[in-house]
Formats: sequence, C-alpha cells, structure tokens
Amino acid sequence: MDFEFTEEQLMIRQAARDYAERELIQDVLERDAKAEFPTRHIKNLADLGFMGMIVDPKYDGGGMDTISYVLAIEEISKIDSSVSVILSVNNSLVCYGIEKFGIEEQKEKYLKPLARGEKIGAFLLSEPEAGSDASKQRTIAEDKGDYYLINGTKNWISNANSASIYIVIAHTHPEKGHKGINAFIVEKNSPGISLGPHEDKMGMRSSDTHSVMFTDVKVPKENRIGEDGFGFKFAMKALEAGRIGIAAQAVGIASGALDRAIQYAKERKAFGTEIANHQAIAFKISDMAVKVENARNLCLKAAWLKDQGKPFATASSMAKQYAADIAMEVTTEAVQIHGGYGYVKEYHVERLMREAKLTQIYEGTSEIQKIVISRSLLSD
Amino acid sequence: MKVLICISNVPDTTTKIRFNADNTAFDTAGIQWIINPWDELALTRALELKETTGDTIEKITVVAVGLKDAEPTLRKALAIGADDAVRIDAEPKDAFFVAEQLAQVAKDYDIILCGIEASDYNGSAVGGMLSEFLNIPSVSSVSKLNIENGDVKVNREIDGGSETLSTEVPFVAIVQKGIALEPRIPSMRGIMMARKKPLNVLPAVETEALTEFVSYELPPAKSACKIVDTENVKELVDLLHNEAKVI
Repeated sequence: MDFEFTEEQLMIRQAARDYAERELIQDVLERDAKAEFPTRHIKNLADLGFMGMIVDPKYDGGGMDTISYVLAIEEISKIDSSVSVILSVNNSLVCYGIEKFGIEEQKEKYLKPLARGEKIGAFLLSEPEAGSDASKQRTIAEDKGDYYLINGTKNWISNANSASIYIVIAHTHPEKGHKGINAFIVEKNSPGISLGPHEDKMGMRSSDTHSVMFTDVKVPKENRIGEDGFGFKFAMKALEAGRIGIAAQAVGIASGALDRAIQYAKERKAFGTEIANHQAIAFKISDMAVKVENARNLCLKAAWLKDQGKPFATASSMAKQYAADIAMEVTTEAVQIHGGYGYVKEYHVERLMREAKLTQIYEGTSEIQKIVISRSLLSD
Repeated sequence: MKVLICISNVPDTTTKIRFNADNTAFDTAGIQWIINPWDELALTRALELKETTGDTIEKITVVAVGLKDAEPTLRKALAIGADDAVRIDAEPKDAFFVAEQLAQVAKDYDIILCGIEASDYNGSAVGGMLSEFLNIPSVSSVSKLNIENGDVKVNREIDGGSETLSTEVPFVAIVQKGIALEPRIPSMRGIMMARKKPLNVLPAVETEALTEFVSYELPPAKSACKIVDTENVKELVDLLHNEAKVI
C-alpha cells in the first residue's frame, strides 16, 4: 500500500487548482446565471492539455494516468462542474472509447483533434424512452451496404452543441436485442442532424445540453466502432470509465462545499463565538469530512485499478454511487451551515448543491449503480 | 544569450507557520513548497523573451540551493518551460551562503534573474550579493525587462515614476512584480517533457554562513476592529491617543 501521490500527480493537481482558482472562479456565477458555455476556458484548458490528458501521447494526448485525471477533475469541480463535465465527457467517454476500441484510421482522424481539444466530443446514448434501460434503443442505424442510415432522437446530450464529433449508439438489428446495437462516430455537421432547444437545467448550467434528432443521416461504414453488434458492450465499457470521472466530479463538488463550510464556520459568529465552536456545527463538519474522504478514496481506488489494468467496473460504480450521494448530503449541509447566506448565489454553496444533484442522475443513476454493484456480488 | 533564474524553494503562501518546541527552527512538517512568487514571475518573463526574440536566448536555466526536497520545485520550473535545472546540494543557511553557492553557476550566464525577495525570510539580499561575488552590475527593483536588437533594457520603479536603463551583459536583474503579469500554469505536454530535461546536482562550495537564526516568534494576533460612530470624534481621538498610542 502506498497513499503517496507522485510528484507529477501533485503537479497536475496543482495546475488544475491554479486554473480553477485563478480563472474559473472569476465568471462561474455569471455563466451559471446566463447558462453560458465556457468557450474561453475550454480553449485554455485544451491548450494546457486537459481535454485529452489520459490519451496516449502518440495520439496527441497528455499521457497521464487516471489518478492524475481524477485529481484534476476534483480540483476543477470544487469551483465549476460545468467545466469538469465537458472535460469528463471528452476524456473518459469519447476519447477513451475511441482509443480503447477504435481502429487506427479512426484514431488518426477523430481521436487526435479530440485529444488536442481542437474538437469536442459528445456521447449519444440516452433517448426519450431509453435512459437507465439502455438496451431499449429506438434510434435505428440501417445497414445500407457501404453506409448506415441513422434515424431517431437522443436526449440529455452533454456537449451536444459545442461538440463536433459524436459517438452515437443505435440499433441495427432490433431483433437481436442488445446484441444488435452498434456504436458510430458521426460528424455533427452531417446532413440530417438537428438540435432541440438548449435545456434549461437546475445546475451545471454552463454546460450545453440538448436533444439531437437524426433524419436519414448517412454514416460511412468505416465509422462503426468494433464488430457488428459491439455497440452495447462498447457503451457499457465507456460508461465504466466515465463513471470514474463523474465520481471525481462529485468528490470535487462535496469537497468544495466542505472547504467553504469550514471557512464560513470559522468566521461567522453566533452567541458570542464563531459557529465552528458550537458542537452542532463542528460535528456536521466532521461528518462531512469523513464522507468526502471516503468518497475520494473509493474514487482513487477505481482509478488505480484502471491504471493497473485490473477490472474496475464494480469499483467505479461504487465510487460513483457513493460520491454522488454524499455530494448531495454534504452540499445540503454546507447550505445549512451558511444559513440564509447559503441560500443566495454569492456564497456558491447553493450552486454546488444544484450541481451535486446531477451527479446522482447522469452516467447511470445511483439506483443503476446499485444494480451493477449488487449483480457483481450476487451473480454466480 | 543564456539566462539563469535563481529560485528559492519557499512554503506555499497560505502555509500555517509553526516552529519547533524551543522556537529555534521553522517546522517544515506538512509544508507544501512552491517556487518563490517573484522568481516564478522572473521565469515567466524569461520564457516570454525566449518566445518573442527569435534566437536571442539560447537557454534558460533554473538554479536552487537546497536539499533533495527542493527538486519538485525545480521540476515544476522545467514543466513550465525552463530548459534545464541545477540544484546545489546544501541547506540554504543565509543570504551570503546562498549567494556564494549561486555564483559558481551564475558565472557562466549573461542575464541572471533573482526575485526581489523570497516570500519566506524576505531578506532581499541574495541578488546584490551575487553581483558582488561575480563583480558584475546589478539593477534592483526591475519591473520590466526587454531585449531590443540584442540590447538589454530594464525599467525600474522610482519615486514618482519609472526610469529606463540599458545595461551590459552579464548582469543581475533583481526583479519585482510587474516583470510578468502572472505565472504560467504547466501544461500536460510541459509536465511530460520535464521528465526528460536535465536536473543536475552540484556539490556545495565550502563557505560559512554569516548569520545565525537565534529564535523565531509569530507576530501578535490582529486585535479586533473597533468602530466609532462618526458623530463621536472625541472618542476616536481619545482611543488613538490613549489606547493605540499613535497620536
């Protein structure tokens, strides 16, 4: 066992922290209020190499390990989860998916610009009637010989507007159930793709979420990822990795709320002393800290397993479910500690609480994580 | 031209300062070390010059006097963009000791940059001493550094304005805030490249420190703020005279 981070991991954590504390904090409230995409920040973070930080340098990535990635996502999420979800989708769903399962030509053409951050990726799995039950895809990719013809609608797509490269999950052989599903790399500017209105979300408002409609969209055959029928497995594998990013995000949200609660409790006075000196508040801080530490450790364990090339599906589900649930609890307590100040936007904790809620829902709800975890324990 | 940036390895500026039991030494347990902020700005300016002046600057080196625990700080400087690093293997005892150590490396450079002070001991002495050891000019309080057609120009803040000086090389520039806007954040590429850049360790030269640290104490805690009503000038004067004893 070794709980020490390497010098490089610490340097990456510090780089992410510096960017968040110097830059993201400046306009995070304004972007949240206006639901404005962080274009400038994504450009800067791409220049720093964060958009493809876990991709092999041979495909223009940063070549960093998953531990470093988790540390960077946590730091950014302490300040701004809208930015970290853009990074997380790009890195651990889209780039990871193409790097792990794509062929060389796909990597050359799509992974490289994604890893450089010149292009942003989106992952199109959810549908109006297929969320948690992802095998019930209604989007159809009809095999037309040298191309596929895609028709259908995808919902709740993060980066839908800002992305130019989509990974689309669709049914080619509905009669085969989940074994008839395929994954495709689709360029957003393909004829026949249109976007629904910008979703007016509760939190993570500066990340762009839309539905995406496909009407007779032609996709070249060489853009299918893996063998015919590999799509469902592909999606599940990508989500296993993606969940580590969302777990790290939830840790960041919780830990950001804890930091602010500690600072406030040491400054605010009531009944003649700082409220931190009242046991009711001190114990809240203690409970919050234990939860954050637990969640962080689960998240790092999942990242470590992935870096070691060991199975990490159960660990990433555990990390995601626990971190998301405690992020909700910890942010709620942080608002409580702040009292009335916690309920106004200036003090950030109400925003962190709104952001925390999404981590329990997207990339697999907490309930879906419990299915994954329990099945791994109960199956023969 | 070759540029050298002398780096102090200092505690992070948010560090909670503690001393050992008998207050004779700074307690370094759990400290996060960083590049002295003024030195980091000097490095940033050197990188800007290297990028904007063609081939004028052939190499940027960072140097620190310190034990092995100073290496992460030097490697961060490499990740930010320095070409190579030197660590002089000794505990930095005082300004004279450090300046004499740095001189053995600095003698081979054209532009030597030192921060105006280090954020730990704030001695403001190393830069001047270093130029004396090398018998070369130094300019202090430098807030701008430019190279125009191979000529080095520096700006200093002076009372009521600023002055521009040209200087021969080699020289020591003792820089203050303004030399660069803000320090750079290392990129993933920079961090990756830092793995391969040289970090050479030199033995310390024999020398004595001229000062000895006898004891440390923390400044008194800030007392609470008293608010006096605007109508009550007499009470204000009274407090300033009898309690604060400033008038």
